[in-house]
Amino acid sequence: MGEDFLLIILTFDATIRVSVPLILAALAGLIVERSGVIDIGLEGKMLASAFAAAATAYTTNSAWLGLGAGVVASVLLALLHGFACITHRGNQIVSGVAINILVSGLTVLLGVSWFSLGGQTPPLTGDARFNSLTFPGAEAVRDVPVLGPIYSELLSGHNILVYLAFLTVPMVWWLIYRTRFGLRLRATGENPAAVDTAGISVIRMRYLALILCGILCGIAGSYFSTGHGAGFLREMTAGKGFIALAAMIFGKWRPVPVLFACLLFGFLDAIAIRLQGVEIPIIGEMPVQFIQALPYILTVVLLAGFIGRAIAPKASGIPYVKEH
Amino acid sequence: MRTKQKMPPQMANGSAKLPTWVDIGLLPLINVALAFVVSGLLIATLGQDPFEATWIMLRGAFGYEESLGYTFYYTTNFIFTGLAVAVAFHGGLFNIGGEGQAYIGGLGVAIACLALDQYLPFGLLLPICVLAAALFGAGWAFIPAYLQAKRGSHVVITTIMFNFIAASLMVYLLVNVVIKPGQMSPESREFASSAWLPYMHEALAWFGWEVAQSPLNLSLIGALVCCVLVWGLIWHTRWGYEIRAVGANAEAAVYAGISPSKIIILAMCISGALSGFVGINELMGVQHRLLLDFAAGYGFTGIAVSLMGRNHPVGIILAGLLFGALYQGGAELAFENSAFSPDLIVVIQGLVVLFSGALSYMLRGPMERLYLRLRPPPPPPIASVEA
Repeated sequence: MGEDFLLIILTFDATIRVSVPLILAALAGLIVERSGVIDIGLEGKMLASAFAAAATAYTTNSAWLGLGAGVVASVLLALLHGFACITHRGNQIVSGVAINILVSGLTVLLGVSWFSLGGQTPPLTGDARFNSLTFPGAEAVRDVPVLGPIYSELLSGHNILVYLAFLTVPMVWWLIYRTRFGLRLRATGENPAAVDTAGISVIRMRYLALILCGILCGIAGSYFSTGHGAGFLREMTAGKGFIALAAMIFGKWRPVPVLFACLLFGFLDAIAIRLQGVEIPIIGEMPVQFIQALPYILTVVLLAGFIGRAIAPKASGIPYVKEH
Repeated sequence: MRTKQKMPPQMANGSAKLPTWVDIGLLPLINVALAFVVSGLLIATLGQDPFEATWIMLRGAFGYEESLGYTFYYTTNFIFTGLAVAVAFHGGLFNIGGEGQAYIGGLGVAIACLALDQYLPFGLLLPICVLAAALFGAGWAFIPAYLQAKRGSHVVITTIMFNFIAASLMVYLLVNVVIKPGQMSPESREFASSAWLPYMHEALAWFGWEVAQSPLNLSLIGALVCCVLVWGLIWHTRWGYEIRAVGANAEAAVYAGISPSKIIILAMCISGALSGFVGINELMGVQHRLLLDFAAGYGFTGIAVSLMGRNHPVGIILAGLLFGALYQGGAELAFENSAFSPDLIVVIQGLVVLFSGALSYMLRGPMERLYLRLRPPPPPPIASVEA
């Protein structure tokens, strides 16, 4: 029994670790889509910041400078997206696709040219990574039944970005629902003309939303290479940006449901590895690939309107043309 | 009206102020040129000579018979996926699921080959395989299309999801079902030679023309036939007219008696079928077995090809040739100079999508002002003649 319990705790622990970039990226997507801009470039922004963070952290031996570089890289890409589809009213999907393709090539090209390791950065050690924080007394209570492992395994022992990610959820909620900025942001995504009439610049709101999106994606990307992993690997974000996009839709563009969607998708990811070759009663052996595909399948089912309806902000995807 | 489709800007009719040759000739060329200038600057910042790199790539792509074969072989895939994206574009739909549709199309080809290659001669097997590729590719596009048409789910998101679902499905099938017994790597058994599409060097040898060996096979002819068919379909049939009408304005199309949901499904299925043909080129033409990731990247490159080719078959052939040359030349460049990884092509591809697609409006305004200043003065109004 005790062993099973520990296994459950460890699975939840893994869930938390893999959910972190999903939460940050999904909230990033939520903010821009609430402002009326579709961003399928979450993946590219995370990959770029993962590379920038690892390269900088390796060179300076500081994870914090790495994080800074990661955020800068991601914000620059967000501004590029804005330049293309807010300023020049280009297609938002095309722009997102362009950023994803560009980054997927550029990270490896620069990686090969700078480090000659086939697109990886050298492994990061010591201060070049965000190391796990141990809560006070975590070691002491480890042997206390039930609560001990929960405290020492599940709550303690993560790096600071993990706690930051979970803190971001109430912050984004507060920003969206309890501030003037949030009200304007939501209005920009639903009815930009009304916002314009009220004397607020739609373009400025959308750029601000994109910068926030860039910052969150930058933290998410840095987490990949300097928190969760120890160095950059090619394509290391492995479609997580799209899972985050799915989670954002699954959470219907609201911060708290988005958090739960991310945890659900993270949980599926965490158990997929554990369930490999395990016989489950009634169902039999569950193919790992099925569990891996489940977030996508669930999102399609949701989008089809079979489990509730996901309604996007009304103006998302439509460039705003100011009337003369 | 449930199908609220956002129109890609490339679909919008060009500016009324610019003559056609500027709009569909000069502007796209300048945009592509910009992408290459930025690529060149990037190469220069890496401490390499962009002109030398260009020269190596050109020589690597067109310099000798074998390289030409490789270039055309890549071009074949890009024509298929480029046409696929273009057909959906004409219907106002953005199909980014080409990747998954090509993958599943290949599954169809492989099933047909593995089931029938012992029994049927090539002449009978080929049409069955072509049909299987089309059906499987179209089938994989059908679900997102149906959901867009009938349930209003955004086709961009669902096709992205379907790419990932296809990838998982194929790993499952290859690892658990079609893997050749007693083999470690997830591949099917090799098809019997009755399922091999003749290579171009073999076909030309029948006519006494000896060329170097390359993966180029008869699929290229199929791709060119598809170009003609798509051209005919889009501009010379009722279906094509309806697809364009829905793409231009779905709500207006309803008043012309067109059912947008029917057309959305039709356009997406044709698009999926075209992507599926990548399976013919890759599996029947070159690999002769089903394997993982054979469609890697071709579906996404199709987006760049279609944008650059302005969704027209002729443009797509030219853009497909350019990307084929980039793929082959880029591989050659990476081989000759270890400072480059083949990923340079991916960067160039991203820049092309950026400049030809997302930023395609950037230069239109300045271009219009420039043209208005430079154009010949208009003839004097009639009133002044009377006076």
